[in-house]
Amino acid sequence: MTTTVTAPEATGRQEPAAPRHRKRRPKLPYALLIPAIATLLIGLGYPVTWQIINSFKEYGLAQQFGQPAEFIGLQNYLDLFTDSVFWTIALRSVAFMAGTALLTMGIGIALALLMKAIPAWSRIVLQVAMLLAWAMPIVAQMTVANWLIDDRNGVVNYVLSLIPGVDYIGHNWLIEPLSFFGVAMTIITWASVPFVAFSVYAGLTQVSEEVLEAASLDGASRSQTLRMVIVPIIRPVLVILLLLQLIWDLRVFAQIQLLQDFGAAGERYDLLGTYIYGLGIGQSQFGMAAAAAMVVMALTLAISWGYVRNMIKEDQES
Amino acid sequence: MNRTILRAGGATLAVVLAAIWAFPVYWMINTSFQTPATINKLSPTFLPLDGTLKNYREVLADNSFSAALGMSLTVTAIALVLCVLYAVLAALAIARFRFRGRKTFVLAIIVVQMLPAEAMFIAQYKMLASANLLNSVIGVTVIYLAMVVPFTTWMLRGFVAGVPVDLEEAAMIDGCTRMGAFRRVTFPLLAPGLVASGVFAFVQVWNEFALASIILTENQKATLPLWLRDFAQTSNLGVTEWGQVMAGSVLVAIPVIVFFMIVQGRMAQGLVGGAVKG
Repeated sequence: MTTTVTAPEATGRQEPAAPRHRKRRPKLPYALLIPAIATLLIGLGYPVTWQIINSFKEYGLAQQFGQPAEFIGLQNYLDLFTDSVFWTIALRSVAFMAGTALLTMGIGIALALLMKAIPAWSRIVLQVAMLLAWAMPIVAQMTVANWLIDDRNGVVNYVLSLIPGVDYIGHNWLIEPLSFFGVAMTIITWASVPFVAFSVYAGLTQVSEEVLEAASLDGASRSQTLRMVIVPIIRPVLVILLLLQLIWDLRVFAQIQLLQDFGAAGERYDLLGTYIYGLGIGQSQFGMAAAAAMVVMALTLAISWGYVRNMIKEDQES
Repeated sequence: MNRTILRAGGATLAVVLAAIWAFPVYWMINTSFQTPATINKLSPTFLPLDGTLKNYREVLADNSFSAALGMSLTVTAIALVLCVLYAVLAALAIARFRFRGRKTFVLAIIVVQMLPAEAMFIAQYKMLASANLLNSVIGVTVIYLAMVVPFTTWMLRGFVAGVPVDLEEAAMIDGCTRMGAFRRVTFPLLAPGLVASGVFAFVQVWNEFALASIILTENQKATLPLWLRDFAQTSNLGVTEWGQVMAGSVLVAIPVIVFFMIVQGRMAQGLVGGAVKG
């Protein structure tokens, strides 16, 4: 699970220390940054550079066994963009990303509104349940999911078969690609809704009572208050959450990989993550894999630009 | 009157939804206490009244489990200690000083968090392969560090900024050096922040699956998530031992669930606090 949230704003924050130290041109901050920068250069800087360079090189099996990798310009990218398999998988990934993110946002917002409206005890019950789901490691999630939909003894098939006239015993959910991705989407949504619901709920609790009172005094109905008062106030939160969901849902790899391990594998069940993995690790086409990875990276950075800007703004304010 | 009914209806709905969200976790625990005979019955058992601890005993006695536990603990411990140390230093630098290059560094740690790890595996794999560090603790830890340091730094930056700089200056007037003031004054006040960010780093490293599956290919070197995947796929004459697999899942998930409960209050509030204020 990747959780990108920022540290709580401290209360009673002081003015930044900046002006007091500006004159001294201290060496200390640079020394403090050395370990972090070294770590980033080794763990990310070098690989990313390698990737950029090799996305312009012919680097396949032959090169793996000693032949020099030659620069071939944009050939890898051209090959990729003229490959219908790549397009199919890229579009499928984008569709999967959009569908999962919107579904997660919708359910998360609905749950947050529900939490705001119900008595405290039932809210706590719901929060604890969602916290449990959120805390499940991905591999455990997928393993349990696989057991839930097990064709013979899975509880899902059992419960569905209780409906008169329905017999799902022995049904394999992972063979039909659409059903495969439906399962993936359900699991990912289940796991990501808690984060959205908690965040939106926290946002809702910051909408002051006076504002709501003023709205109702002015004769606003419940839905009008929601649409015209609450949503504009929490809009920044919603935007950030949507961006994060989009990014996370574009890069789903572990879930798809594990579902393929449990069920069926192959192109028809691939999203971009597993596709790149197959190109690189499976077929040793490192040049092509690097180019495909660059495409995903560019896509992610394009989506996340708004989030990055927001973070920078926050840094400047502190 | 109308309002009361609405609230009661809402509460009922909340309980139903809670049941849906908790169900997989409940089912995992439920199955982990059942014998194969109970599990393979046609109708599932919803309460393991005649429960058994045999599944847990067998998993704990399994050598591959203890090897993976050892590997996970080693990797997580090293990554966690170094990550928090590096991140505290970097957070002090960016929260307490304005210096040339600061903006670049801040931008770098934000952008880096957006890089999809899934798009860098191949490059990281090739790097470790050429350094002969596949299947090694060092290799995987180096990448994990790069994965968690940016976010931990970012999170701690907020906590450091929350400690009034006047306190440090008072300590310096009383004769502390700059670093002495950090160590004696700021550091103790950072404790909650260190715990929270440490937990996040822990959870990420402990759960990491994708990179590990590429870099740690030897069975002996598997971390717990890899062990669980392999364990779930070993079947006994085509029949998966779901009781043991679920017991294994519980054991992998427990530390994370415990730590999540510790820091849960901070998790959502942070992101939102910044956004609404801004």
